[in-house]
Amino acid sequence: MNARPNEPERYYNYAYLDEQTKRMIRRSILKALAIPGYQVPFGSREMPVPYGWGTGGIQLTAAIIGPDDVYKCIDQGADDTTNAVSIRRFFAQVADVAVTEDTGEATIIQTRHRIPEQPLKAGQVLVFQVPQPEPLRGLEARETETRAMHAYEEYGLQYVSLYESVATYGRIASTVGYPTMVDERYLMSPSPIPKFDNPKMGDNEAILLFGAGREKRIYAVPPHTTVRSLDFEDYPFETQTWDENCALCGAQDSYLDEVVLDDTGARMFVCSDSHFCADRRAAGHVGPMADHQLAALETEPT
Amino acid sequence: MNAIPQAIEAAPLLRVDGLTKWYGHVAGCRDVSFELRRGEVLGVVGESGSGKTTLLNCISGRLPPSSGTVEFDTSRFGLTDIYGLNEPDRRRMQREEWGFVHQNPRDGLRMRVSGGANVAEPLMNLGNRHYGKMRSATVEWLQRVELDTRRIDDKPRNFSGGMQQRIQVARNLIHGPRLVFMDEPTGGLDVSVQARLLDLLRELVRDLGLAVIIVTHDMAVARLMADRLIVMKDGFVVETGLTDQVLDDPQHAYSQLLVSSVLQI
Amino acid sequence: MSNQPLIMVDGLAKTFILHNADGATIPVFEGLRLEVAPGECVVLAGESGVGKSTLMRSIYGNYLPSRGAVRVLHDGAYVDITRAPPHQVLDVRRRTLGYVSQFLRVIPRISTLQLVMEPLLENGAGPQEARERAEHLLGALRLPKAHWDLPPATFSGGEQQRVNIARSFIRNYPVLLLDEPTASLDAENRAIVVQLVKQALGNGAAMIGIFHDRDVRDAVATKLFSVSEYKAAA
Repeated sequence: MNARPNEPERYYNYAYLDEQTKRMIRRSILKALAIPGYQVPFGSREMPVPYGWGTGGIQLTAAIIGPDDVYKCIDQGADDTTNAVSIRRFFAQVADVAVTEDTGEATIIQTRHRIPEQPLKAGQVLVFQVPQPEPLRGLEARETETRAMHAYEEYGLQYVSLYESVATYGRIASTVGYPTMVDERYLMSPSPIPKFDNPKMGDNEAILLFGAGREKRIYAVPPHTTVRSLDFEDYPFETQTWDENCALCGAQDSYLDEVVLDDTGARMFVCSDSHFCADRRAAGHVGPMADHQLAALETEPT
Repeated sequence: MNAIPQAIEAAPLLRVDGLTKWYGHVAGCRDVSFELRRGEVLGVVGESGSGKTTLLNCISGRLPPSSGTVEFDTSRFGLTDIYGLNEPDRRRMQREEWGFVHQNPRDGLRMRVSGGANVAEPLMNLGNRHYGKMRSATVEWLQRVELDTRRIDDKPRNFSGGMQQRIQVARNLIHGPRLVFMDEPTGGLDVSVQARLLDLLRELVRDLGLAVIIVTHDMAVARLMADRLIVMKDGFVVETGLTDQVLDDPQHAYSQLLVSSVLQI
Repeated sequence: MSNQPLIMVDGLAKTFILHNADGATIPVFEGLRLEVAPGECVVLAGESGVGKSTLMRSIYGNYLPSRGAVRVLHDGAYVDITRAPPHQVLDVRRRTLGYVSQFLRVIPRISTLQLVMEPLLENGAGPQEARERAEHLLGALRLPKAHWDLPPATFSGGEQQRVNIARSFIRNYPVLLLDEPTASLDAENRAIVVQLVKQALGNGAAMIGIFHDRDVRDAVATKLFSVSEYKAAA
């Protein structure tokens, strides 16, 4: 095996965090896995990025990563956004891991705002960056009270937000961070993923870990756990659909981002999952604007 | 309007015995005992600092007393000391069987969600998951408290003080409680609004056969609302009796002072 | 029906103690005894200040007597108003013991018809029945129909008093206390009230009344009772 690039003069411990911190986080992860959906408090550390840039996710990754892992990092589904690129390089450097954009190949996938389109497998871990772990916070400001609500399964309040949505828009209009019930016990924020991704969480083969650095909470959905999106009997849960297909790869069933092309109103819809889109194009799928210049921005500049 | 006879059953709905609350070595309320029956309205009167609110908070499960018991005839366990219940059972009982109308609507309403959602929330807390049914129940209750149902989706801050109190009343009655606590429910309102709200409350209490404990420093409110009164002074109950007897023939020196201090128009 | 008295007042005493006037005591009466049988109307006699109203209020439970008992036949058993728990006194007042005062004391803004219906609704009557009885009584008391839907706050003294009488007679109390119910009525309306009282007496009600108007008193009294005989020493 080749010498690790930063080995001769390593300024940081392996994977940046010290061993005691990693053990503390691992213990919290184990507890979170044992009580699906329950928010476990942990001693979140200062990280070399600001809160809101994924400090929770980075700490989770740091605690579980090893030299044999293959790491993928996405932001809004894309591997090539600034934040995803920076965090991926960070772990390549401090944890000496192989990195990839291939969803199937990765063992740890850190994500902000999406779950990859390609179904995850046993052995994979999906690490979510969470800004606000408490789904009830918008309605109840007191932490003591929300903790009691979780403890006693008093979740009527969460329906108040759904009620407001139906009253205002005639349907449950919230599209991201759509509240879920885990294992029919704990109410859980899925982090700001689109509700399109909510059904992917239920009965997933992979481990789903959620880390909120500023709020100092870790929670988890172990493999094959039921995750139910809340709804009313007369207003059942629905995911988003699009009239368009992906302009680059023609996909009909993926989550699409709307891209404004100029100031005359021209726009296109493309897969938010950049790897999924590229894979499909490599396999010969062609969308209506397949030769648009966006399709060329695939490889990471060196 | 459906009139239910005000049957006052023999068994107490609430029994308070020897209730005492110390704040350090200052007494909030001392050795308070009484019983309340279904359909009875009990007024607690006294000046500021006399222990009315401490008593109300102890009885309503929000402030554990230093000694004494508060027993309530719960639908699940019968007559039970509420502080002997575990916390989830007590919270569930408070949610299902009680209401609490605060003096300041900001304490009793969620100001960030609409009036309609405020009224419907107790139904959701009881496990109702059908939007349409909750919506129609809410509309019905807004009508009962004489609010314009077209404003169902307005935020509480867009309503006047009197209207906010009506939303609070609807929110605290929609789930069919058996006991409702009221802490100066008309305290912050001007006189004309106050009269209308009191009239509405009286009507609802009669029609629903509710038991009510109402704390007030306003003797006129006490006379209109309460069947009987507890007069408090320095944490002690100095006099109890029928409302009109306590107000027209007060026995204790303090009650006499209190009654004679009311301004006459 | 037996001729059992409906009210038995026994050894009743009332002394006011004014704690905020150096504990001044004002004795009113003591050792007072009075029984009223069905069909009887006992009229309290004596000059002003002798304690007629105090006695009435003590019987109703509005004043707390210093000693003695006031027993009212309620559901076949005597209830001592001076000692019964509040909920029982309220039940007696709801179904057995009525009180007609000179003054109408109601909440603002409720219509006259609603006010008169209210006592029956409280006793569990249906709205239809309550409305019919209320309309009948208001009609009998000749209150103009145009007034029925208005709150009585702006009515004349005589009109308010008739509303008050309608509220009391709508329940058909077995026992009625009448504290100058005809005080501000004209001759014609007094005659109507006398009619109502006689009708109730004929149905076996027992009454205690204060009437300053000699005609009315002579028309309804079956017995005069002098409160001054029991005057307490100061």
